Amino acid sequence: MEDILSTLINGLSLGGIYAMIALGYTMVYGIAKMLNFAHGDIIMIGGYVIFIFMATHNPLLAVAMAIVMCVILGVVIEKVAYKPLRGASPLAVLITAIGVSYLLQSLAQILFGSAPKMVTVYDFGTIKFLGATVQVSALVTLGVTVVVMIALTLFVKYTRLGRAMIAVSEDRSAAQLMGINVNGIITVTFAIGSALAALAGLFYLLKAPSVSSTLGAMPGIKAFTAAVIGGIGSIPGAMLGGILLGMVECISYKFSAIAPYTDAIEFSILILILLVRPTGFLGKKRREKV
Amino acid sequence: MKLGKFKLKHYINYIVIGIITAIFSGIVLTGGRLDNSTLFLLEKVAISIILAVSLSLVVGFLGELSLGHAGFMCVGAYLGGKVAALLQPTLGNGPLAFLIALVVGCGAAAICGIIIGIPALRLRGDYLAIVTLAFGEIVKSLFQNTSDETFGGSLGLPTPRYDKNYLFIFAFILVLVTLAVVQNLMRSKHGRAITAIRDNEIAARATGVNVTKYKLLAFTLSAAFAGIAGVLYSYSNYTVQSAKFGYNYSIEILVMVVLGGMGNINGSIVSAALITFLNTKLATVLTGDLAVLQNLFYALILIVIVIYNNAPALKGFRDKYNLGVLVAKLRKKAADPSHVTDDKAKWDVVPTKISMDEILSVDVLPQSGSDEEQNGGVK
Repeated sequence: MEDILSTLINGLSLGGIYAMIALGYTMVYGIAKMLNFAHGDIIMIGGYVIFIFMATHNPLLAVAMAIVMCVILGVVIEKVAYKPLRGASPLAVLITAIGVSYLLQSLAQILFGSAPKMVTVYDFGTIKFLGATVQVSALVTLGVTVVVMIALTLFVKYTRLGRAMIAVSEDRSAAQLMGINVNGIITVTFAIGSALAALAGLFYLLKAPSVSSTLGAMPGIKAFTAAVIGGIGSIPGAMLGGILLGMVECISYKFSAIAPYTDAIEFSILILILLVRPTGFLGKKRREKV
Repeated sequence: MKLGKFKLKHYINYIVIGIITAIFSGIVLTGGRLDNSTLFLLEKVAISIILAVSLSLVVGFLGELSLGHAGFMCVGAYLGGKVAALLQPTLGNGPLAFLIALVVGCGAAAICGIIIGIPALRLRGDYLAIVTLAFGEIVKSLFQNTSDETFGGSLGLPTPRYDKNYLFIFAFILVLVTLAVVQNLMRSKHGRAITAIRDNEIAARATGVNVTKYKLLAFTLSAAFAGIAGVLYSYSNYTVQSAKFGYNYSIEILVMVVLGGMGNINGSIVSAALITFLNTKLATVLTGDLAVLQNLFYALILIVIVIYNNAPALKGFRDKYNLGVLVAKLRKKAADPSHVTDDKAKWDVVPTKISMDEILSVDVLPQSGSDEEQNGGVK
């Protein structure tokens, strides 16, 4: 019983991290209509920034700096690499995004070396819950993710900026005709996405206190899977997909027979979902127009 | 039936590769010795060319991004290597065993290509890229976790090696086969159908192109050749390890295609050979943490080339300064000697100077009604 409970809570917390990354993906994908491959690597940069500023022994400062730096990085990437390609073929944008992802990984490896850096941000300790030992950081992760999701939903629904985002995602040229600054909205989206990535970096460090240049690569791809499962462009969908994926991963790790195949299982789910229901659970179907 | 005019430039790539192969085979067959690193490099170049040309079929011509090309290669390498290992006691290490291994590896990869091609019919762009990436990771993970008896597990599958001296000759023959198939396909009506799907799928469908058939065809062929490259790889190395065929390797192949110019087969060949050569040479220079500089270089190639080739803002610049235009200019210059003739005398006769006073002294009469005439339609 305790075992099941702790697996569930681990799954929820990992799912929270995936959800956090997936939120960033889904916002950027919904509005800029591009798969930002570099999103996962912004998590990694966030982790390294926290590592650098933890030299001051002030976790709050480190996290704040991580968010600021990631937002700057995200916006710079958008301006330098993606903006020139607006209006070009999606294939070109996708390849550039892969290039940016690769660039960030190799830069991090050059700057910080290939050995992982150890960094303990803050030790929340553990509590006993129904007999199971639970990491408090897991609960913090889940709590923050839920708060962020609700805040984002409210932001998108009820603020001028948020509604402008919806307008841009529905029809970019119509939004432009209505006087919305499309480029500005896309920049803001990248900024929000990168801030979420920085938080995801923090959660990774809370979960396992080491950061390396490939920290974000796999979680990035898995979180995209989560975003697709939930329905890309949907904020609650990202949350749902993230939690589902986290659960699957933790449960699969519990059984030694299938544990080595965990990645394969997750990716098979992705392929199946895309085959059966390409819009995911909560996504809207869109007809392709000429 | 009308036969097209034979054009040398359509066959120049076969000739160049053929001559290079002939030179090296000549050295080996006449008893000369090439050192092992050269032989290994030749094999690697051939494998890279096959991979780049086959990926170019999907990325360059069909216009879909495949991030799992190394996965298809992995299937070919493992199954081909396994078959070769099984056949070794009965058939030895001869060309027959090699051929059977090739057929098996190529067939298995082609089947995977069909399996991945089916989602490709429903998905496109980003989703398809993720599916192919997922496929590559699934294949890697499956082979990594097999038991040690079947596919060697995490230690890798030990494979028999073909006689080192001659493997590269077979490899280059396979390069020529790949080239012949892909190039002839792209020059046929089927190839035009594939590029039509790339340019506008809906329009292609409307004009009667069987999108399902051609997408599957492109994916399957591309996978099959990746399988062939895999079998060659298994013959060229002592062991096949699944870790080699990850995402990074798929990206490396993508870099070759992008650097060569998407949809340009000869470009892919040259850049595949160049990158493989540089990789091998750099691997000896850049060791440890410096090895990552190579990845940095790849990343920059991808970003800079793609932005340069695709950015709408740079279109004017591209039209003005591309290779084709420069070559045409040079040709014109070479063909037309008049640009050096001295025509000073001619220019002296033509009045080129206009006096400012002359212009200013002309009376401009106010023409009544001209305004109305011009704006007449607006009222």
